[in-house]
Amino acid sequence: MATIPSPHTFRGGIHPAYNKALAAAAPIRELPLPARLTVPMSQHLGAPAKPVVKAGDTVAGGQLVAEAAGFISAPVHAPAAGKVVAIEETLTASGRACAAVVIETAPEQVWQPLPTFPEWRFTDAKQLIEHIGAAGVVGMGGAGFPTRVKLSPPSDKPIDTVILNGAECEPYLTSDHRMMLEHAAEIRIGAEIIRHILGARSLRIAIEDNKPDAIAAMEKAFQDTDGDVAVTVLRTSYPQGSEKQQIFSVTGREVPRGGLPMDVGCVVENVSTAFAVFDAVVNGRPLVRRVITVTGDAIAQPANLLAPCGTLYSDLVAACGGVAGQAAKVISGGPMMGFAVSSLAVPTGKTASGLLLLSPKKISDFSSQACIACGRCVDACPMRLSPAELSQCIEADDIDGAEPLALMDCIECGSCAFVCPARRPLVHHMRRGKAVVMARRAAAKKTP
Amino acid sequence: MDPITTSTLCIGGIGLASAAALAVAEKYLSVPQDPRIGKVAEMLPGANCGGCGYAGCADYARAIVADNAECNLCAPGGPACAQAIAAFLGRAAAAMERRVAIVLCCGDDTEALRRAAYNGIADCAAAQATAGGDKGCAYGCLGYGSCARVCPVNAIRIANGIAKVDKALCIACGKCVAACPRKLIKLVPAAAEIHVLCSSKDKGPAVKKVCGTGCIGCRICTKLADGAITMDGFLAVVDYAKPLTNEETVAKCPGHCIRKDAPPPTPNS
Repeated sequence: MATIPSPHTFRGGIHPAYNKALAAAAPIRELPLPARLTVPMSQHLGAPAKPVVKAGDTVAGGQLVAEAAGFISAPVHAPAAGKVVAIEETLTASGRACAAVVIETAPEQVWQPLPTFPEWRFTDAKQLIEHIGAAGVVGMGGAGFPTRVKLSPPSDKPIDTVILNGAECEPYLTSDHRMMLEHAAEIRIGAEIIRHILGARSLRIAIEDNKPDAIAAMEKAFQDTDGDVAVTVLRTSYPQGSEKQQIFSVTGREVPRGGLPMDVGCVVENVSTAFAVFDAVVNGRPLVRRVITVTGDAIAQPANLLAPCGTLYSDLVAACGGVAGQAAKVISGGPMMGFAVSSLAVPTGKTASGLLLLSPKKISDFSSQACIACGRCVDACPMRLSPAELSQCIEADDIDGAEPLALMDCIECGSCAFVCPARRPLVHHMRRGKAVVMARRAAAKKTP
Repeated sequence: MDPITTSTLCIGGIGLASAAALAVAEKYLSVPQDPRIGKVAEMLPGANCGGCGYAGCADYARAIVADNAECNLCAPGGPACAQAIAAFLGRAAAAMERRVAIVLCCGDDTEALRRAAYNGIADCAAAQATAGGDKGCAYGCLGYGSCARVCPVNAIRIANGIAKVDKALCIACGKCVAACPRKLIKLVPAAAEIHVLCSSKDKGPAVKKVCGTGCIGCRICTKLADGAITMDGFLAVVDYAKPLTNEETVAKCPGHCIRKDAPPPTPNS
């Protein structure tokens, strides 16, 4: 066990105002169980889960309410005991509608646990992967990629390094930070389970150097771990938490274009995901709740709340003392990659790491201008793309021109738009262009 | 020889040789083309709008002469053009009905609710891709002018948050129909004057919540329209194959979404 500075740092990136002090000192607080939970079926990347309950059913906490609908999908469990009152459409934080199981929670909570594997060190990896999949564990950093898929790489792609992602480079958010401080021992067991499943030689815990207390907590938790284990201290820079950038910072390896971390022998898991793996394997608890940071200068008491998935944002705001003054913008997630929401009647999910309420003085409403060809976005892009050129192609509807410029490699981190002096909505252009390419590819798949 | 003479001779020589080669090619390698194609192409308006379904006017002219395509497909040219071509080719002139594009939404910013302040790219497809658009109604016109930008004759204006087609200018090329991400624009006979300007398939109460001028699915108009308005779920749809002249439908529509076109301006005005 050692603590090492990261040997490399990715090129580009930005240094936004982190504003983490608002919520960093607030210990994780459990939200009182809301009377009603709206559990969305799409809390992960891939196909939405298929409901297996119907209106009128009584469910126990942790009971399966929807099964995975494909390989890249994840089951959904009831976060609390109660009665299913409806299966209806709901708007999710990303603005898309999806089906949701609405549960009226019961005053008496009954819990239906999954099987546990206290002897996981002696359990077959396959069995553990199945169990983690059945517990609905998905990547909790934001994308929600099913962990079961990440943990079963093909046999020709051996994994030698597991990176535990505790960078939390997104401004304002502190949920992972608090998890590392308060649940270090559990995260350690989760990380060791992941390492055991993958048979990886090395384990790295990657944390940005602006969280010295988290670094100390992780050092302490992992101090007597066997093998090649180290806390890698990353230079504070956005987007250090992004998978590909982090792999480079920690190992110096570069994920090839269009490739996956497993192509360079790495698997990156968020610290909260490691906790969820621990919870599923040791406690038999499916992923039904998570810590969400409610922060910003327009919330009365910024907090880190442990809330069941399916809690409405309005319940979270109420639990934090309500809106202070006026909230001009409400963002689900962090300010860089989050989605502005138009209503607080939106449920949380497994990937909801933050809710940000900003006052009018934090919001500047600007109009965009033509590109002045200054090249700052090119310097800032951590993927080494040319956002100026890409956005101009997409603006002119020349998607065929944008695709060879590696449009699909854009990670939508927002660094380019952050530095753009002409205030161009660069990420918005990228998202639109990527959506067109995705739609084309889907259409081409349908008609071979 | 001095360099100027050399280069003059060289360039001139190359020019002469090329001209000779071209003359020979013209004589022996030329593909005979029906001379009528060029004549028909001259008769077409040359807007190259693609509304006929062919790749521009020249391609359409070729199709008329070579593939025996109908000669009444050119919307900008209108009946006069169709008749001229038919007369030139000695064909019977087919009747031609002028069509125009119409935006089937009348929920402007005074009447329809916007549920969020959108300040992204001013493009309907981009707005639609961002949280499904800022309009309260999931079917209504977003008003960011994607249709207006593709219109080759500037017939579409964005006024008070929704798109409106100028009937007099529209050449029915159909570009706006393809550009609208919400599929709100339709090509309808220019003679039709009464329209249901709503595309919301939601039930009445849901429509009322987001728009003051939406179809609430009450079916009053279907009883008055003598079969010219049919119901598609909770939405009244005009069947343009049948004449709809009963102006009572306009007066009695509780949703105020059945509208009659303003009379066309007189040529002097």
